Amino acid sequence: MYQSKWRSLTNHIILILGSIFMIMPVWIAFASSTHTREFLFQHGLQVLPGGHFFENYGKILFDAEATKGRVTALQMLFNSMVLGLGFAIGKVIISMMAAYAIVYFRFRFAVPLFWVIFSTLLLPLEVRIVPSYEVVSNLGLLNTYTGLILPLIASATGTFFFRQFFRSVPDELLEAARLDGAGPLRFFIDILVPLSVTMIAAIFIIMFVVGWNQYLWPLLMTTDDQLYTIVIGIKQVYNSLYEGGQIPQFPKAFALTIMASIPPVLVVVIFQRMFIRGLVETEK
Amino acid sequence: MKRVQFGHSPVPYLFVAPQIIIIAIFFLWPAAQAIHQSFLLEDAFGMSSQFVWFRNFEDVLSNPAWLRSAWFTVIFSALVAVLSIAISLFLAVRADEVIRGAKAYKTLLMWGYAVAPPVAGLLGIMMFNPLMGDLYLFINRIGINFNHIQNANDATFVVVLIAVWKQVSVNFIFFLSGLQGIPKSVTEAATLDCKSAERRFWTITFPLLAPTTFFLMVINLTYAFFETFGIIDVSTKGAPGGATATLVYKVYVDGFLGADMGGSSAQSVLLMIMVSILTVFQFRFIERKVHY
Repeated sequence: MYQSKWRSLTNHIILILGSIFMIMPVWIAFASSTHTREFLFQHGLQVLPGGHFFENYGKILFDAEATKGRVTALQMLFNSMVLGLGFAIGKVIISMMAAYAIVYFRFRFAVPLFWVIFSTLLLPLEVRIVPSYEVVSNLGLLNTYTGLILPLIASATGTFFFRQFFRSVPDELLEAARLDGAGPLRFFIDILVPLSVTMIAAIFIIMFVVGWNQYLWPLLMTTDDQLYTIVIGIKQVYNSLYEGGQIPQFPKAFALTIMASIPPVLVVVIFQRMFIRGLVETEK
Repeated sequence: MKRVQFGHSPVPYLFVAPQIIIIAIFFLWPAAQAIHQSFLLEDAFGMSSQFVWFRNFEDVLSNPAWLRSAWFTVIFSALVAVLSIAISLFLAVRADEVIRGAKAYKTLLMWGYAVAPPVAGLLGIMMFNPLMGDLYLFINRIGINFNHIQNANDATFVVVLIAVWKQVSVNFIFFLSGLQGIPKSVTEAATLDCKSAERRFWTITFPLLAPTTFFLMVINLTYAFFETFGIIDVSTKGAPGGATATLVYKVYVDGFLGADMGGSSAQSVLLMIMVSILTVFQFRFIERKVHY
């Protein structure tokens, strides 16, 4: 393609500036998290890393006192992992099953049930938090992993994704399978699931990141420190930054921020191609 | 749906059951309750409540704080959507053109998707910390009197900046994949006819990307409405005086911290109506598939 030297040069300059715009805040947070709080307080945010990496991160990971709660960052990371994985697995299984029923069967309530599932797209959790909280509390599910994960799964994005994919699967496959005597269960497990592996992986990655990054729901749901996810932990630490008239704990807040971001960012970067495919396909 | 389907059997019911049960318990029930509560007025102790028709809605719609929040939400969403779309389109066009380092740029610009909104909020507000925030100090040093803790416009600037930063990567991914979907023959023919890259963009590329742009507009508005909750809760908390509280943030503040159930439910229902309109709009568009 024809491209002037000038255009090519500006392309690189613009993209480098864009990359710096994206990375700078995170880099500053990382560099600042490796200094002592006294140093940060005197000299401001840092661009170069200091020598307290192991000290600061070790304290937060293993010493519950450091995070101002009664929970270590390690426990919070574990909780986030449970939420991310539980959300992703639950969502994939439930939505695949529902999509299978909707696409491959003619049954009585198919249309109304489809609309019920569709309606969940209209109302995100954010607009019904107060009653959702009451329901979960009535069921005695506050401060449990179940109460944390299940209400989040009640949305149909995954179902639509699989519905779209199943519809693109050639009809001949089902005909052939039926000729060979495969029933609905057999067809699903032996043919449809193996066919969907890349789709499952793509949606799994996105859902893991979405689950990991949940904020409002865990914030309401968990009053027990032991169940805090790392994203909630950040807020707790941030809220207590100025407590007690001491020098603010900026390095700790930054260290938590970095730890909260590493797992989802790694997942997205490592599985980049699958992730992009999943994202572009789901949203359509 | 499909030409070939399984006949009648209990299997489909078993397969949709898990999803329907979860939706019924954690979606339909709470949503119905929100609607029900929006017509009730509770006494101060939450002991009894009475049916008051649309009074909660009248209260909400005539409440200056709610109107202010609605106005802020509109401005905020429009700014976030337009700015993040413009920036990421600009970056995506450039990233689509480069040959050397294309993969690296792509990775560097897309990872932001994985950052949680409250994390973005915290990073942003630290940059604007009056004690040590580089951006805060810089803006004040170049002679602008900037104070986001007291000035509503400055606070809006901060939350918009953070929300845009967080959203650029998503838009970038969509635009880049949209650009890569444009046939090479089209771009090559355009290059032969027209040397000005800028004119090529406005006459060929941009119209071809119109469906993506429109779709992203809806996605970004939904994002600005709902997902920015985490950003606001960690950065400005709606300060100064509710000037940066979006409608969702206000539902949370009134319902959870203020315990005004009827009012908060009425706000929720109003929000539901707004989102429903947005979603239906989006689906109508997608069903029609505006492609050229």
